[in-house]
Amino acid sequence: MNISTILDMAAEAFGDRVGVVCGDTRLTYAQLRDAAQRAAAKFRETGARHVGLLDITTPAAPIAIFGAAYAGLTYVPLNYRLTRPEINELIARITPVVLVTGQHAGLVDAKPGVTLLDRDALLADCASGEVPAPTPADDPRGVALQLFTSGTTGKPKAAILRHENLMSYIVGTVEFGAAAEDDAVLVTVPPYHIAGISAVLSSTYAARRMVQLDSFDPAEWLKLCRRENVSNAFLVPTMLSRVVDHLAVSNSAPELPSLRAIAYGGGKMPLPTIRKAMTLFAGVDFTNAYGLTETSSTIAVLGPDAHRAAAASDDPKVQKRLTSVGQATGAVELEVRDDHGKWLPAEQTGVIYVRGGQVSGEYRQQGSLLDADGWFCTRDRGYLDGDGFLFLDGRSDDVIVRGGENISPGEIEEVLLSHPSVADAAVVAIPDPEWGESVGAAVVLKSGAWATGPELQELVKKQLRSSRVPKAILFKDSLPYNETGKVLRRLLKPEFTAE
Amino acid sequence: MGMQLKAGARFKSDVCETSVMVIKAPAGEFELCCGGVPMLPPAAPSGASTIQSSFASESLIGKRYVNADESVELLCTKGGKGTLSLNGVAMDVKQAKQLPSSD
Repeated sequence: MNISTILDMAAEAFGDRVGVVCGDTRLTYAQLRDAAQRAAAKFRETGARHVGLLDITTPAAPIAIFGAAYAGLTYVPLNYRLTRPEINELIARITPVVLVTGQHAGLVDAKPGVTLLDRDALLADCASGEVPAPTPADDPRGVALQLFTSGTTGKPKAAILRHENLMSYIVGTVEFGAAAEDDAVLVTVPPYHIAGISAVLSSTYAARRMVQLDSFDPAEWLKLCRRENVSNAFLVPTMLSRVVDHLAVSNSAPELPSLRAIAYGGGKMPLPTIRKAMTLFAGVDFTNAYGLTETSSTIAVLGPDAHRAAAASDDPKVQKRLTSVGQATGAVELEVRDDHGKWLPAEQTGVIYVRGGQVSGEYRQQGSLLDADGWFCTRDRGYLDGDGFLFLDGRSDDVIVRGGENISPGEIEEVLLSHPSVADAAVVAIPDPEWGESVGAAVVLKSGAWATGPELQELVKKQLRSSRVPKAILFKDSLPYNETGKVLRRLLKPEFTAE
Repeated sequence: MGMQLKAGARFKSDVCETSVMVIKAPAGEFELCCGGVPMLPPAAPSGASTIQSSFASESLIGKRYVNADESVELLCTKGGKGTLSLNGVAMDVKQAKQLPSSD
């Protein structure tokens, strides 16, 4: 079992169909397969065990993903936004490595076991010539992909996904060749994010043309959607929010007649944003996808029908589903347990567990974290409603334990955000000599607006209770976010103790 | 004469272009045929077998084929003229659960 089968099949059945579009470059699925097989031979020549990518999104990304698979090597895309020491520390963990780079090559320290391969040279060299017939290993336990997770604390963890995990995800959730001839998907997530990789695999298996856009900009995104007649788009919530704002400012309609579906995920979607987007893009199918690196991407989806039903309903229970991440896909099972691992019924908040062939739950150093029955603890908190809709409530690691009482940052953030002067808020645990931990809140005020600490403390006290009241409030110009729109609480915590 | 079907293993038809990959199968020996003739490992030299007329209603690329209790599941990675069969019984196409495209 090898994910290169995905490209073999697409090239076999849809070889003449355009597979990748990037600027003026267009590759058919047959050309993509040939290029990946040529790349595989190059990767093998270097004697590397890993194929790294330290680059923006270009056709070299799918070529490297499949090239690594054909060569039987592990693909490891790296975040080029990290600092130079961080990047080199990660490279040291994957030597011997052949590293595909572009403008970020200068960040890499010369070291034995690190072979640099220029992206443009790779694209040029793999565009033509003999195609060596690779014989990729069939071992389903082979490691296809290693991703360094951002890590809320300490060193980044190296999550590994085996060929069997990724194949199980693709075969279990995508119908082969499901895309129509003219369909095209515009993917704007970074190449080192699990959603960026699963997009390549899913689109190839569906034989859907992939349109690449490296740096997201709402105007560019709209332009490219029009130019390439994009039918499907995947966005992280912050990107959709920027598209919505852009259209509001220019007071214009999207004018994207080809666009049929927008999928979003990777972070929390604000309710006003999705409501506005559904109005602006009337007739477009919205899908919310929830997944983790360790689960080969999507494990729950809130589909188009559920979006429309929730938006149209008078029933608060159904309305609320617009804030849920939907139901388990047919390929996995979900359940919620308490802190002691005991199963919890519907409507009770606890920790989310997932099981299925696509779930690896495995790290290079720590090994498999699946329990004896194959369940993986996501460390995400949430609850299922009576119909199996999943509602998220932050990370277990972010829960504030104040005098034995568990406090979820989300509920306090919601109250703070309800204040008319507050633009953004994040709540973290801060050390407290009396209670162990207590609540710290970082707050961004709207421009020209005013609120005091005691005023916000009073608001929380009134709406929740005294244990939820932030002990310290820090006013900031902005909050730190990662590129998929998750607030980086670990960067905020030290600011409270530094006071 | 049976064969082990291990997840990930590939087989090719001896009578047409059909190729399959095992998605899942329990332990034990099975007789996996295409066009009525036992399938071969990918590297094996092809024989001079001919398709049996009772097993000539095609295999389709991208379809998943299962036995009656769905304990054995194969992915057809290349289509051909022969029908896939397990222990003499033609395999069925597994109905796909179409999900909204999420990525």
